[in-house]
Amino acid sequence: MAPVLEVSGLSTVFHTRTGTVRAVQDVSFSVEPGETMAVVGESGCGKTMMALSLMRLIPSPPGEITAGSVRVAGTDLLKLDEPTMRDMRGSQIAMIFQEPMTALNPLLTVGKQIAEMVTLHEKVSGRAAKERAVEMLHHVKIPEPRRRAGEYPHQMSGGMRQRAMIAMALACKPKVLIADEPTTALDVTIQAQVLDLIDDLRQELGTAVVLITHDLGVVAEVADRMIVMYAGRKVEEGTVAELFAHPRHPYLQGLLNSVPRVGQPKRLQEIAGTVPPLSNLPPGCAFAPRCPSAVAQCRDAIPPLDEKRPGHRAACWVT
Amino acid sequence: MSEFIYLARRYPLGLAGGVILLLFVLMAIFANIIAPLDPLTTNPRASLAAPGTTYMLGADMMGRDVLSRLIHGARISLAVALGATFIGSGLGMLLGLISGYVGGWFDLIVQRVAEIMQSLPLLVMALVITASLGPSLVNTIIAIAIPLIPNVARVIRANVLSLRELNYVEAAHAIGMSNTRIAALHVLPNTLAPLIVLATAQLGSTILTEASLSFLGLGVPEPYPSWGRMLSESAAEYMRTAPWLVIFPGVAISAVVFGANLFGDALRDYLDPRMGD
Amino acid sequence: MLSYLLRRLGLMVLTLFGVSIAIFLLLRIVPGNIADILFDSAGMIDPAEKQKIVAELGLDQPLVVQYAQWVNGLLHGDLGYSYVSEKPVLDEVLPRIPITARLAALAIMFAVCTGVPIGVISAVRQNSGIDYGLRVFSLAALSLPSFWLGLLVLMAFVNWAGLLPIYDKAPQTWGMAILMYGVPAATVGLRSSALIMRLTRSSMLEVMRMDYIRTARSKGLSEPAVTFIHALRNALLPVITTIGIETAFLFGGLVVTETVFNIPGVARFLVEAIRWRDYPMVQNLVMFIATVVVIVNLIVDLTYAFVDPRIRLGS
Repeated sequence: MAPVLEVSGLSTVFHTRTGTVRAVQDVSFSVEPGETMAVVGESGCGKTMMALSLMRLIPSPPGEITAGSVRVAGTDLLKLDEPTMRDMRGSQIAMIFQEPMTALNPLLTVGKQIAEMVTLHEKVSGRAAKERAVEMLHHVKIPEPRRRAGEYPHQMSGGMRQRAMIAMALACKPKVLIADEPTTALDVTIQAQVLDLIDDLRQELGTAVVLITHDLGVVAEVADRMIVMYAGRKVEEGTVAELFAHPRHPYLQGLLNSVPRVGQPKRLQEIAGTVPPLSNLPPGCAFAPRCPSAVAQCRDAIPPLDEKRPGHRAACWVT
Repeated sequence: MSEFIYLARRYPLGLAGGVILLLFVLMAIFANIIAPLDPLTTNPRASLAAPGTTYMLGADMMGRDVLSRLIHGARISLAVALGATFIGSGLGMLLGLISGYVGGWFDLIVQRVAEIMQSLPLLVMALVITASLGPSLVNTIIAIAIPLIPNVARVIRANVLSLRELNYVEAAHAIGMSNTRIAALHVLPNTLAPLIVLATAQLGSTILTEASLSFLGLGVPEPYPSWGRMLSESAAEYMRTAPWLVIFPGVAISAVVFGANLFGDALRDYLDPRMGD
Repeated sequence: MLSYLLRRLGLMVLTLFGVSIAIFLLLRIVPGNIADILFDSAGMIDPAEKQKIVAELGLDQPLVVQYAQWVNGLLHGDLGYSYVSEKPVLDEVLPRIPITARLAALAIMFAVCTGVPIGVISAVRQNSGIDYGLRVFSLAALSLPSFWLGLLVLMAFVNWAGLLPIYDKAPQTWGMAILMYGVPAATVGLRSSALIMRLTRSSMLEVMRMDYIRTARSKGLSEPAVTFIHALRNALLPVITTIGIETAFLFGGLVVTETVFNIPGVARFLVEAIRWRDYPMVQNLVMFIATVVVIVNLIVDLTYAFVDPRIRLGS
């Protein structure tokens, strides 16, 4: 099947007073319809900036997308003028955010906020848009959707607000859904429900999902393929099963070692150090200063993304 | 010094405001030296003299030099403004500290009284107080200071309440520090920043209040030359014939208040960027 | 909502009760002073005359009794007699109320209609030349004494238009009414306008950083739609509160502006009453002003609650 989202060579920078921050560097990946692609990495590694670049929602200035292409069903979003890009947002590519508590406008009813999405992209009456909002709330399994549509965000729980966000994002049946840490702010019990919901809707609507998360448990549960990002670059990519079984980049190995797993009663290990500031990256592999197996070459040159096993690519000189 | 240059670069408007304020303060301190003539000496032959060589900014109806009166007027204006701000902020801080720290019925009463006082406009309350006390320099200061108290007390109280929740204050409690000690060592220093911000912000409005009271003839009495009264004496009558009597005192008031506002704005940005408006 | 309304009404009555005590005490900070001032300013020497004044004002009775008499009168619509004109206070005050009310309403309208749009422009164009200019301008506007601004306006009218927008009789034509009320209202409202502009700007900047603004953009809304549908409504919430606070300040401004423009309103009357030492009048006028301020603040709070569902429906 042809991929519905093709990102190639995407680079985003921020011009700040202290210098240029390279938030996203040369990131490429593609997602097929109905597929879930996970983007994994610690906070501060450029995941959210990558997601916002896909939507062209990078605040500019100071941000700027300097290179690459983002094709949704063949159309390169980065080449569109702003009005056409606005038409694409919501209808072709939609996004849900991390904080359901603050991502909805407190002064408008949930139903109105969903209906706004519908009237914006489809030629329908206000009444029909409202009906669609109720329908979507029903779709995301909110009980009494008609009553809930008339409520304000503060009257709902966090989990319910995130469902409403999902209902809004999917109201115009976009081809691509970007979910930026959709469950991080929720209770553990609610997390699974919301993930299941996204997964069900993906199957039902055939939406391609880009799931941004730092939680490898979430990745294992719902993603088909994954890319690992570190300091703005993609460092590893492949199917979830392959990468979990044979992690090649020491960064992914470190991440996996820091997650508890059933049946493996060994000591958890954290990765020493923190993500380097994106404005001041070392010349070689950005992970080298924290890497237990780094050699001299790692500090001098950025490793290329090589195919280490069939369908499994990683950027590492050593492994 | 380099710190000063950095701040001056970062807040050019604040620097400008500070310089304006400083000029007026120097003018007030050295009024006797700077003023070309005596501000109180009348001269019938110079009545309503236009600005010229002897009377650089003209003379008023009684032939007194406008420039000299303006320079001496800075004393009154700044003395009243600084005095009222100091007294009002000091009392407000004391009440706010006790109110926020002790709580209970004391806090309740202070809060209600503050609310009641805030339903009286500042100038109206100042008018009523001067009317009751009678006009004098000290009474003007008191009349302007009292309406300042509730606002300061409320801000400081809110600040104390939020400070009490902070970890290091709780930690101080946990290791058995006494209440007074905690208040003196931890809470008081941390309320100083908002207090300075608030006091500076109010400096401009106290100058305006003094000018308004004097303009209405209920502020600082003769013989002190007050900018507000200089305007009321000359206001309507000489608008056509001697406009300098209307223009220059107003310029002086506006300039010093503008300076205080610019300075206060920058100070707020610097000390408390989150405080907003 | 109903219980909220009732609670607020109850609080309002309590506040007004407190205000009446405060005014009563403020006018008696120095015991016996009122009689002294009246006595001196009337140029009387005979101690018997002074006794008469004391008796007439009820100053010989205990404070509590004096206070009870005043409040009892207030509740029955009996405000007593002016000490100067010897007419009922109510007859003197009532005809002046519409004049001041029109001025105040116009001034607030002027302040909101100029302050809010300018604040939005300043925020949308943050850190541009326009923004910088508007910010300095607003700070300058806050620094002008309103009576001086009034004098300058009068001077401009005298020198260029050859006429004075002074209220000598009630305006007969619409043009005159706009001149008579509009010019002083704009003069006194400039300060509030500058304050509202600064608040709108900072509130707008804060709201534009919110997550729901990013959500609105991610839906494909245009920048004007994001600004006006999603940002402005939220940014105006704190502005509503300020309008309440500004009403109190406005009365202070009106005291001098009505004096400068010679408008026979309530605020100027207060100054006259103070100059004439007409204490019954002063006491009642201040009480009237405080009542208006408290009522406006109640209306503002109710509006706020109505606009913000988090308060209207409880959270």
